[in-house]
Amino acid sequence: MSLIDSLPRLNAPKLPRVDGLIPWIVPFAIILVWQLASVTGFVPGRVLPAPSDVALAGWKLLLSGELIRNIWVSFWRASIGFLIGGSIGFAFGLANGLSQLSAKLTDTTLQMVRNIPHLALIPLVILWFGIDESAKLFLVALGVFFPIYLNTLHGIRTVDPQLIEMGRIYGMTDGELFRRVIFPGALPSIFVGLRFALGIMWLTLIVAETIAASSGLGYMAMQAREFMLIDVVVLSILIYALLGKLADSASRALERLTLSWHPAFQKK
Amino acid sequence: MQEALRFQSVDAEPVDRADIIPQARQLRRASEGATRGLSLTIRGLRKSFGDNEVLRGIDLHIPAGQFVAIVGRSGCGKSTLLRLIAGLETPTAGSISFSETPRAQDLRVMFQEPRLLPWARVLSNVEVGLGRERKSADAQARAEHALVEVGLDDKRGQWPAVLSGGQKQRVALARALVSQPRTLAFDEPLGALDALTRISMQALLERVWRDQGFTAILVTHDVAEAVALADRVLVIEDGRIAQDVTIDLPRPRRRGSAELAALEGAILKHLLEGSEDTSDL
Ligand SMILES: Nc1ncnc2c1ncn2[C@@H]1O[C@H](COP(=O)(O)OP(=O)(O)O)[C@@H](O)[C@H]1O
Ligand SMILES: [Mg+2]
Repeated sequence: MSLIDSLPRLNAPKLPRVDGLIPWIVPFAIILVWQLASVTGFVPGRVLPAPSDVALAGWKLLLSGELIRNIWVSFWRASIGFLIGGSIGFAFGLANGLSQLSAKLTDTTLQMVRNIPHLALIPLVILWFGIDESAKLFLVALGVFFPIYLNTLHGIRTVDPQLIEMGRIYGMTDGELFRRVIFPGALPSIFVGLRFALGIMWLTLIVAETIAASSGLGYMAMQAREFMLIDVVVLSILIYALLGKLADSASRALERLTLSWHPAFQKK
Repeated sequence: MQEALRFQSVDAEPVDRADIIPQARQLRRASEGATRGLSLTIRGLRKSFGDNEVLRGIDLHIPAGQFVAIVGRSGCGKSTLLRLIAGLETPTAGSISFSETPRAQDLRVMFQEPRLLPWARVLSNVEVGLGRERKSADAQARAEHALVEVGLDDKRGQWPAVLSGGQKQRVALARALVSQPRTLAFDEPLGALDALTRISMQALLERVWRDQGFTAILVTHDVAEAVALADRVLVIEDGRIAQDVTIDLPRPRRRGSAELAALEGAILKHLLEGSEDTSDL
């Protein structure tokens, strides 16, 4: 009886405003507990500074302009590296998905190179480029290349052959067939690659900036470590997380926009 | 008023409406439309896939505007014959010739799967059917007209994913019709639909065929469907035409009538006898 009584309440329409807030409950609770733990001295400031201290450090760096400069440098490296590696990966994915000859020529080689963890190249990259900008761009581009390449290739190869036959029957030219059938069909898989690549992009950049850089968020964190400024270290980590989340949200928004036909993205 | 009546008949069981409209339409076709279809002649047609000789000599003449159904056991080569006629396969030997060399848009195929582009709205999917004329000024108007024809005018802005199986197949039919083909080949177009939807789709196929006067070639595994719709039923066996049955009954035909049942029985008997030594039908 009590179960039946509770049913209508389960089905009651939820307020959309409240619905949107639910994902934020846990992060806020964590920050609250963290602040309490710091204030009461349960967690010493040497180990983990209070959220308020981190925010204060952020505010100071913001006023000095240092924070914006470093974020900008990291953001610039990430974007350019992503653009270079992503477009080369996309181009190879398209070529090898559409042309047997191209695939025969390059796919095996690329698959072999894929097995080298790109971060293992850091010593070599430093020898080649020093701690110059090109070193970071090279590493990011290399890291981004493979997920984009593999998923573009996979997407194109798995487009429904019946749809391609349909396009040909209805007289589509090669260009139309690509624009209207093959590319839209490959798009969901390309987005999977994009999201993977964004994750790898930040990871690579963090490592590269931590080891070999004279500016950027990773460098800021390493400098702060030397001066025992733990609040700045924690701040850098949080900003990395925030940027990663932003990139992910942007790709999701783009996905929703371009894949609105897909049953998984249809509004109720 | 007439239009409204026709829409309803798509979703509902074909009711015995006043026979005036179909008869009037038949008269109209006899006067102006009968020449639209292409006639075709097949001589000594053979097709092998490697060692597998699927068609072993097909000779056939289909007059312009005829509705021909092709039945036969699964794997007997019905689809292969249809794909050869549609130019999707090349014959191993023999020839297929039309009364006039068909332009691409004169010859259309409809498959068991609707093959709609999931990322294009219903109306753009229909526009695909215009082929090279897709960019002409009246493309959209023609696509809309074809949607009206299949009774899906109100779904023009929808994604295919939200349509039912029968509606998807109707969009595929509109896409095939929009270029006003002169020969339309159907490969089990209703095979994946439930019984009730099949019946209304059959009525729709018959109606557009009567309206547009194309030559219709329908592959089906449903003998009842074949005798209900076609002027002529071909039975394929061992790569040849084993039976060529003329269905000389007036339209609209009454489902379940004794004549239809007798014809269906005879064809089924033939098919079953031919398959005594094998298990699959
Ligand atoms: N593209 C192909 N390659 C090889 N064998 C094929 C191909 N298409 C059809 N076949 C073979 O031809 C035979 C007839 O197939 P099909 O025409 O599809 O039969 P039906 O439509 O009557 O069920 C089958 O044995 C099938 O395996
Ligand atoms: Mg078949």
